[in-house]
Amino acid sequence: MVELRFRTDEAPEQPAVTLDAFLDQSNATAVRLEPDDEPRALLPHLDRIALIEIAFPKFRDGRGYSSARILREAGYAGELRAEGDVLVDQIGFMRRCGFDSFAPARPLDMAAVERALERFAHVYQPAADGAVPVWKLRHGG
Amino acid sequence: MYRYDQYDQAIVDARVAEFSDQVARRLAGEISEDEFKPLRLTNGLYLQLHAYMLRVAIPYGTMDSRQMRMLAHIARTYDRGYGHFTTRQNIQYNWIKLEDSPAILADLASVEMHAIQTSGNCIRNISSDQFAGAAADEVADPRVWAEMLRQWSTFHPEFSYLPRKFKIAVIAADEDRAAMRLHDIGIQLVTQDGVVGARVFVGGGMGRTPMVAPEIVPFVRREDFLATMEACLRVYNRHGRRDNIYKARIKILVHDLGAAEYARQVEEELVAVKALGIDPPAAEWERIERFFAMPEGLAPKASLALDGKAGSAFAHWRARNTRPHKVAGHVSVTISLKPVGGIPGDATAEQIDVMADLAQRYSHDELRVTHSQNIVLPHVAESDLPAIYDALVAAELADANIDLVSDIIACPGLDYCSLANARSIPVAQKIAQRFADAERQRDIGELKLKISGCINACGHHHAGHIGILGVDRKGTENYQLLLGGSGAEDASLGKIMGPGFDEDGVVDAVEKVVERYRTLRSDGERFLDTYRRVGMEPFKEAVYG
Repeated sequence: MVELRFRTDEAPEQPAVTLDAFLDQSNATAVRLEPDDEPRALLPHLDRIALIEIAFPKFRDGRGYSSARILREAGYAGELRAEGDVLVDQIGFMRRCGFDSFAPARPLDMAAVERALERFAHVYQPAADGAVPVWKLRHGG
Repeated sequence: MYRYDQYDQAIVDARVAEFSDQVARRLAGEISEDEFKPLRLTNGLYLQLHAYMLRVAIPYGTMDSRQMRMLAHIARTYDRGYGHFTTRQNIQYNWIKLEDSPAILADLASVEMHAIQTSGNCIRNISSDQFAGAAADEVADPRVWAEMLRQWSTFHPEFSYLPRKFKIAVIAADEDRAAMRLHDIGIQLVTQDGVVGARVFVGGGMGRTPMVAPEIVPFVRREDFLATMEACLRVYNRHGRRDNIYKARIKILVHDLGAAEYARQVEEELVAVKALGIDPPAAEWERIERFFAMPEGLAPKASLALDGKAGSAFAHWRARNTRPHKVAGHVSVTISLKPVGGIPGDATAEQIDVMADLAQRYSHDELRVTHSQNIVLPHVAESDLPAIYDALVAAELADANIDLVSDIIACPGLDYCSLANARSIPVAQKIAQRFADAERQRDIGELKLKISGCINACGHHHAGHIGILGVDRKGTENYQLLLGGSGAEDASLGKIMGPGFDEDGVVDAVEKVVERYRTLRSDGERFLDTYRRVGMEPFKEAVYG
């Protein structure tokens, strides 16, 4: 269940299908990527996708962070959801990698999430969230 | 050296607040130990055999006296009065209480220090040449690039849950004093057409599958440096093995793909990453460079004559523990943390304070930690050497054994570590005692002896001219002997000699190997040179008869 969403548009209703199913059928608009799926397989279809759900079967498996950035770098603007073993202290990194909705397997402590997201005012590196890196602030960005 | 600005300080302060919150949630039982573990690990907090161990980052091993004094303060206030300098130029404290850890991080933050990413499956503290900025043979100061990497890798959102830990070293000379090619990424700064750039090696490491890193990118200009790093890491994050912890380091990926195929994938990824503009502008490079300029007032001086003191303890120490500086009349001093019978890399709070005082007074307020677990005063006028030596003698820090057989690298071993199979420290102590005769050590010459208490190789046994690996054999500690490793520019991996020994047996075996070397060597040959010339057989014969 989506517990946290940072978008104002209507949530897509179509259920996410597997990458193979998505590539086989031309009318699906929601797709789910497992950690070892190739996100670039979706690049030719980005304009018709409303939701990409990226699975985190274990929080230690960080492949989904790269998948998310690859999709955002390619211009994907639809909903990008992290699903599964998603924990409070990962949501900040996930936001930076371009995720804008979260469906954690276990409920989150929303007060802790809020604190975590507000904690770091500055970042060292540009990523998918548009945050301005400190080197840009230092040199009149 | 580098100083924090408001942004660096704000980030480190926020980290202290975050970790305090995480510890509070853990102590209240709101998060499980399983969930807490990766959080405390990225703050350098390990649960060891007897207590928590805290590893504090010393970026590229460089500190000022104020920071060094804080390390003494932490040892005194929160630990048992000492700290342990590590092979990655960090310091660890072995007797830390979880509930004290937020206060320690706050103390560290007050002197621009932290424990960020000193463990966990993320990019670890960047290491470098301990003589950076002082060595005549460097093409540029490698710490500028290391600081750039420190900032880029700190809280990197994509690379905080890598398949395994990730270690990067940067050097800038042909002589490799940082075991660069035994890192996940090793960078050597080189000059091409008058421009300084990075030669990038990927996939080295020790552990149970030791490998010397192959060259992946021959030359990267600084404007593409971070994009190249990002591409190297992304290929690893996506394709590194996650099914088996022992095959999860990048060296396995590079080895399985082959260096050429890995390099091709990096190049392909780089096309995507370069478009993102993640590399900072020249102005940021120049800002960081200014911090690493030669200290003001460090001007050429006349050299110090020995005044008939040849053969004195001071003269031996000076010959062994100092090396030329790029500015005439100056040297870099290496302070040995390897007294005979001591624990390699350990220093008491009082000794740490003494070294801080010496740095402030005589070394333009700078200190370095070496990967051999010693401390360097990088910028010392030769005329100050007698005073420094006297102070070191008083603090029991004047051992004249740098790079000699008693300058041993050893991991904490079974005395502290929950992964170890065997003790390392007692073996190091017994070997140092066996070779305690200073004259004999000097005659033996350069001999790098490295001891690990398990196959994870934190004591770099693969890279020792003589390496010792402690294993568990049917419930008893057993030690294997390896010969011929090197972590220097002639990097090579040691080979196991034959059946292992018990603790006293391995000390005897080391002595037999060393004595055989003394009979076999020709003029000017180090142990490693003789081994490479004659091979394993004569040494095997000396040991097994």
